[in-house]
Amino acid sequence: MKRLGAWLVEVLLPPLAFFALVAGVWQGATSLWDVPAYLVPSPERVLAAAREHDADLLSAMQLTGSAALLGFALSMLVGTALGLLFSQSRIIQRSMYPYAIFLQTVPIVAIAPVLIMWFGNGFGGVVAVSFILSVFPIITNATAGLTAVDPTLLELFEIYNASRWQSLFKLRLPNAVPYLVTGAKIACGLSVIGAIVGELFAGFETGSAGLGTLLARANGRLDTSYVFAAVFCSTILSIAIFAAVSSIGATILARWHIGAPRSSTTKG
Amino acid sequence: MRASSVDVTYAGAIRALADIAFEIPPGQFTSIVGPSGCGKSTLLRLVAGLVRPTRGELSVAGQDPTTARREAARLSFVFQDATLLPWRTVSANVRLPLELQDAPRADRQQRVRGALELVGLTDFSGRYPSELSGGMRMRVSLARSLVTEPELLLLDEPFGALDDITRQTLNEELMGLWTRRRWTGLFVTHNIAEAVFLSERILVMSARPGRIVADVQVPFPMPRTADLRSQADFARLTGQVTAELRRADA
Repeated sequence: MKRLGAWLVEVLLPPLAFFALVAGVWQGATSLWDVPAYLVPSPERVLAAAREHDADLLSAMQLTGSAALLGFALSMLVGTALGLLFSQSRIIQRSMYPYAIFLQTVPIVAIAPVLIMWFGNGFGGVVAVSFILSVFPIITNATAGLTAVDPTLLELFEIYNASRWQSLFKLRLPNAVPYLVTGAKIACGLSVIGAIVGELFAGFETGSAGLGTLLARANGRLDTSYVFAAVFCSTILSIAIFAAVSSIGATILARWHIGAPRSSTTKG
Repeated sequence: MRASSVDVTYAGAIRALADIAFEIPPGQFTSIVGPSGCGKSTLLRLVAGLVRPTRGELSVAGQDPTTARREAARLSFVFQDATLLPWRTVSANVRLPLELQDAPRADRQQRVRGALELVGLTDFSGRYPSELSGGMRMRVSLARSLVTEPELLLLDEPFGALDDITRQTLNEELMGLWTRRRWTGLFVTHNIAEAVFLSERILVMSARPGRIVADVQVPFPMPRTADLRSQADFARLTGQVTAELRRADA
């Protein structure tokens, strides 16, 4: 209990105090200089907009969150599978890896409309954009973890005449676990960004609306207070997903008895 | 084990071993000493069938080393580092060779327990490598190499990273283990006292490309005990091997 108290004071209090300070200055500045609400809404107005649209924002967070989580899950699955493929054959890695980098370098805003066209003007398309944006760090980290194995350990396995499958399941895959945790932490944030970007293009169907949809609508009406409220909700969603993935990752790493890998691609 | 005029050349340029020839009878404990980079480790990897000779012939139990390893599977290797899997407990690490060789499941637990008893780590079977000291990790590595009851044990400077007292203790333990199991041992080291203490025979190698320049018999009766180290004959032989090694290095 004492430790929790200390944690609250040492870790949670400083950023909250800073937040209150910024909000106070912001509130003061907007009223002092009479800044129009469509340019910069005061914190009070943002809060009011959030209250007014609370049901919409909440269901939007749910919808965007599930699209992001689904995109993220697909990334983990497909990214790991591609990493497995790359780690088993150098030829496949050489011939396909450049296209994986293509996934990373293509501006997502440019291909999002195409993806929406292919995968449907709704949830499917949004998940596809989320997946495309978040799969790359999984591919690189999975490949790194599966191939960056201590050469002496590979010799050890060879000494005991281990089969290819034994080396994969007893050495390469367990070795890749900390790398996958690193990849997952990068990818989960990207999956939320992907889902919101996808919704900016896709989510205009009636009925369910995600955060990207609300952002696009509010922006179109110059309802800047609502835009800010939706932006804050997006941030909260990102942080929540990242915190969940991080804590699951920390639990796994603790069971693995090794720290995070020393070298891996951390760029998202 | 027999080698005749074996050469190993890496990547077409670096000649690691030149004209190596020796014969080791079963059950003999032989050490290989030599300056760093003389190809001692390459020699062990040749015997293990991990590296192939560029020229010459090497046979283990009358077979090509790789075939001997694949078919007889009575070979173990102890590396410079403990090379344990960090995500496995001590007992799971020791069990690994049995899993890889598909040993009968029913026996595994008992054999692991036996190997851990040999190295005195029974109480640590549930611990993880990160919780152990360097010396204890090396003991786990030894237990892992012994769990398959090897006939040929290759050791590549296994105690090089340990402090002197731990090294001496482990030397004595290794001596005790050898007395019980009588495997054929090939022990690479650059610690001369260790080589004299452990082995019946010492092969001295020259700097790269490695050649065998001396073949020294160590006459002290096996098994040896710690007090051997303080005897005059021990010092004399250590001095003799040192002299050979200096000549090889020059």
